[in-house]
Amino acid sequence: MTPGASGPVIPNFGHASSCVTQNRFFCTDWFRAHWDDTLQPALFEHIRLSAIAVAIGFVLAFALALVAYRVRRLDHPIGLASDFLYTIPSLALFQLLVPITGLTVTTVEVALVSYTLLILYRNTLEGLRGVPEDVREAARGMGYTRTQSLIRVEIPLAVPAIVAGLRIATVSTVSIATVAAFVIPEGLGRPIFVALSTNVFKTEIIAAGGLAIALALTADGLLVVLQRVLTPWARRQRL
Amino acid sequence: MILADQFRPGTFVDAFRFMGDNLDLLAHKTLEHMELSGAALGIALVLALPLGVWLGHLHRGSFVAINASNFGRALPSLVLIAFGLTILGIGFWNNTVALVVLAIPPILTNAFFGVDGVDRDVVEAARGMGMTGRQMLLRVELPLALPLVFAGIRIAAIFVIATATIAAIAGGGGLGEIIVNQASYRLAGVVAASLWVSFLAFAAAGLLAVAQRALSPRGARGG
Repeated sequence: MTPGASGPVIPNFGHASSCVTQNRFFCTDWFRAHWDDTLQPALFEHIRLSAIAVAIGFVLAFALALVAYRVRRLDHPIGLASDFLYTIPSLALFQLLVPITGLTVTTVEVALVSYTLLILYRNTLEGLRGVPEDVREAARGMGYTRTQSLIRVEIPLAVPAIVAGLRIATVSTVSIATVAAFVIPEGLGRPIFVALSTNVFKTEIIAAGGLAIALALTADGLLVVLQRVLTPWARRQRL
Repeated sequence: MILADQFRPGTFVDAFRFMGDNLDLLAHKTLEHMELSGAALGIALVLALPLGVWLGHLHRGSFVAINASNFGRALPSLVLIAFGLTILGIGFWNNTVALVVLAIPPILTNAFFGVDGVDRDVVEAARGMGMTGRQMLLRVELPLALPLVFAGIRIAAIFVIATATIAAIAGGGGLGEIIVNQASYRLAGVVAASLWVSFLAFAAAGLLAVAQRALSPRGARGG
């Protein structure tokens, strides 16, 4: 039984156009008719699921990276744990969480967050470690304490690496969130599962899949803009 | 659909019992899973590895290498499988093509950056020793690039095993078939297959890590 089948059966062949009944490649009439009741809500749910996951993942990974930056010994175990989580296939991780957290948003978010950890942790740590020793020395020479140096010098200089990690994590999260529809009827995966269970209804698959790809690419583009805004010095250098 | 009355941690105990009772089934599905994943990974390697290595050797095409991985990540595996279904219909090829498309970007990108990033002085030294382009590639650049190349293959293998699980919704067989069929196998079976496929992913990643260590020259082993 494919999940999502409890939702409305789409398409309704009763009053469908010939394009829909013949299941042609893409029917714009169906797209327009179901944007409001199917695609747009799914898109918004997808954005919410992904945004929450990336936000929580970022806070967690950032904290872990700061800890590992100070205490080098912890780098290996933290890296190994995030690597371990990353290796578990998404569908399996969702299902493994079901006996613990049930068919809830929590299950989905826990899984999505765990996939963001590896890349965000690694990139943040690499970014911090990539700050040249001279720069750190200079900060110390100016009388900055370790914390001041971290906040005013090292973290800002690590921003490009951190944003690079955020881009990868965001795009992957948008991607994996489609599988979330297996656990809860939310996100762009839901119309895809519904379409797969109704004779592979092509228009719905292409519409929802296209939206997922477009969302990933848009988020990626926005993060590039964010990086430009956050690191004005890098831009000035280029000019 | 998953039934609400089954939420309990004791399911994990049931899952191990399920494994004990259904070893044949799990072994059979694991084999199917490995067949599909192996075929896809093999095809992707044949297509992407030489291209990435060659472009890296020439220090050309960084644009392609960077964008391949960026775009590859933006393609959700579920969407790719569903797209494959609309174009190729249900079956082995639909899933294989989807998996190959997912596996190519990390292999291509890492092969490129591995070879491209080899210290230029080292390459110059090799040239100075009178090595031909081919000798430099095979004896100097490729061995030094191996850690990155293997990292790419490892990521691709993890992607492929994970996506082959999802491919079950498109008749791909494998362990995913148990995971998506709770009606027949109950939650215990679903959890058992999930554990099993996770183990398969760990095993593949571990094997590739071991192979990488064994094949890399001592100087390029790192950590």
